[in-house]
Amino acid sequence: MEKQSAKGWLYLLPAILFLGVFMVYPLIDVFIYSFEEGYNSASQTYYGVGLYNYSYVLRDPYFLQALKNTFILVIVTVPLSTGFALLISVALSSIRPLRNLYQTIYFLPYVTNTLAVGLVFMILFKKTPYSDGLANLVISWFGGEAIDFIDGPYWAKMFVLCLYTIWVVMPFKILILTSALASVDETYYNAARVDGTSKWRTFIRITLPMISPTVFYLIITGFIGAFKAYSDAVALFGTDLNAAGMNTIVGYVYDMLYGNSGGYPSYASAAAIILFTVVLTITCVNLLVSKKHVHYS
Amino acid sequence: MKIVLQNLTKRFPSRGKGNREDVVAVKDFSFEIPDGKLIGLLGPSGCGKSTTLNLLCGLQKPTSGRIFFGEDDVTDLPAEKRGVGFVFQSYALYPHLTVLQNILFPLENLKGKDKLSKEVMREKACEAARLVQIDELLDRKPSELSGGQQQRVAIARALVKMPRVLLLDEPLSNLDARLRLQTREEIRRIQRETKITTVFVTHDQEEAMSISDMIVVMKSGVIQQIGKPQEVYDNPVNLFVARFLGTPPINVFSGRIDGGRLMIGEDTVLDVPGTESQDVWIGVRPEGFVPNENGPLHCDFSGIEVMGRDISVVSTHRCCENAAIRAIISADSKVNTQDQTVRFSLKPGKVFVFDKETEARIPLEQA
Repeated sequence: MEKQSAKGWLYLLPAILFLGVFMVYPLIDVFIYSFEEGYNSASQTYYGVGLYNYSYVLRDPYFLQALKNTFILVIVTVPLSTGFALLISVALSSIRPLRNLYQTIYFLPYVTNTLAVGLVFMILFKKTPYSDGLANLVISWFGGEAIDFIDGPYWAKMFVLCLYTIWVVMPFKILILTSALASVDETYYNAARVDGTSKWRTFIRITLPMISPTVFYLIITGFIGAFKAYSDAVALFGTDLNAAGMNTIVGYVYDMLYGNSGGYPSYASAAAIILFTVVLTITCVNLLVSKKHVHYS
Repeated sequence: MKIVLQNLTKRFPSRGKGNREDVVAVKDFSFEIPDGKLIGLLGPSGCGKSTTLNLLCGLQKPTSGRIFFGEDDVTDLPAEKRGVGFVFQSYALYPHLTVLQNILFPLENLKGKDKLSKEVMREKACEAARLVQIDELLDRKPSELSGGQQQRVAIARALVKMPRVLLLDEPLSNLDARLRLQTREEIRRIQRETKITTVFVTHDQEEAMSISDMIVVMKSGVIQQIGKPQEVYDNPVNLFVARFLGTPPINVFSGRIDGGRLMIGEDTVLDVPGTESQDVWIGVRPEGFVPNENGPLHCDFSGIEVMGRDISVVSTHRCCENAAIRAIISADSKVNTQDQTVRFSLKPGKVFVFDKETEARIPLEQA
């Protein structure tokens, strides 16, 4: 028995080492830094220990802006992208001709480089001395006034950021959902038909519960992904996100470490721990809610 | 509610390239199912029996022909509007709903003037559950039930809306042998109590014979014979039907009719005056053999299988198509197995003669 468990630990060693060095150790380190005031990574010195970093970060207008942006992004994009993905997947699974073509088209953004997609969005939305962008062209057709989506008002920038995020995350969700839909046994639908069930009711009462584990998985990973958003904002608004007022929490952490205002690992750590706490809380809430609505077979 | 099928045909287009012919799953079906009867559709895999069931419930559209429920032509009515109850082979119970919710499901679909109040729905569901004796399991999930219980829930769900017709697709195939015996009695009882016209599909002839009022034997999409189980057994129209019904199966010999005598090899087994001389297939039911020291049929004795009430004498004959001849005789009869030969005489009513080419039954005039 002793020998057996020793063997077990030996097999686990590579994974434990790897996780320990690259996950657990940094996490603990970050947690410690977040309480050390004015920590300097070069000289390994700090002035004192306390909650000062947190109180600084929580009063920093840039952080508050980033927090607000991140929350809006999460609240808007997670439900919308999951909802649209569900809609498109259901539509995809109910058509026969050209299904593969559509599936390929919907999956394209997933294999396209984020920055390249950002460039396309620039063309669509950016206002330059030569053109107002395609979006403004459409707006002008309907008699609207041209808006600068990239350097203009906050709501316009937020709209573009949300649209971009939804567009980028949807392909993966569609892919997962179409396979989940395909795995639902046809007999259930036949049974429902024979019993005179309407299409809508079949979807709500049968399809949705059957694929609920997948939907739930997408919602959780969607939340986590949206909270960690950063590169999307950079692709659209450039690296100086604070100036654009479009920073996210991860962007704030990055800026504190390496940006123009960089060199503040303590503040960065505090912000990272705050983000961690938020994500953990929301995931726990998700898990609790899901107990009632998700059906694992 | 009687069901009438008129020249019902279902073709499936062939998939492969080239001149592959369409698959005809159901070919020119015409028959009438009387009101309140239990009908067994019987045949080997791929004979079109499940397709027939799907046509009846509307999940598939016939290529041609009409279907009537009573006086109503339902051919073009979609499955949703036919008001049939269907028990699927896999039961198709919704795994995320409790037994009660499963049974309630069809009732909750009712709209407009048929809409029921919550209390009435619950009452009806409980009534259906009582009928199939699962009223103590209402709060369980299907995964927490045994196969037999799931099967009952499926029947209750099909019955709860008081369908005009109840269809069962291989209802017993997922149950073990003992449960199968019990459940088929149960289906019979429920059908008698509700008096709903019921059609069920099976490949198990014993199952079909034991509970059906009428059986329909099918082969490759074509009806072979329709009739009461015992009639079909006693009077098969062709070799296929004779072979398909009965356990152990019928013993088939290659023989001939020669001058009014029915011959197996050199043995004249029966006198059949007035029948034209020709080569024939001869089918003998296992219970048609009588051990007789002076009997005309000589077989090579292989052994005896004791089955309690009966014994089965196993022997071989060079003209027999089966690997072994099985003769079922009562346990107290004597068998003389001297010289490794066993001799039988045959009961005329248990011997069927079929045309060598068409395999159709040749009527015999017995002496």
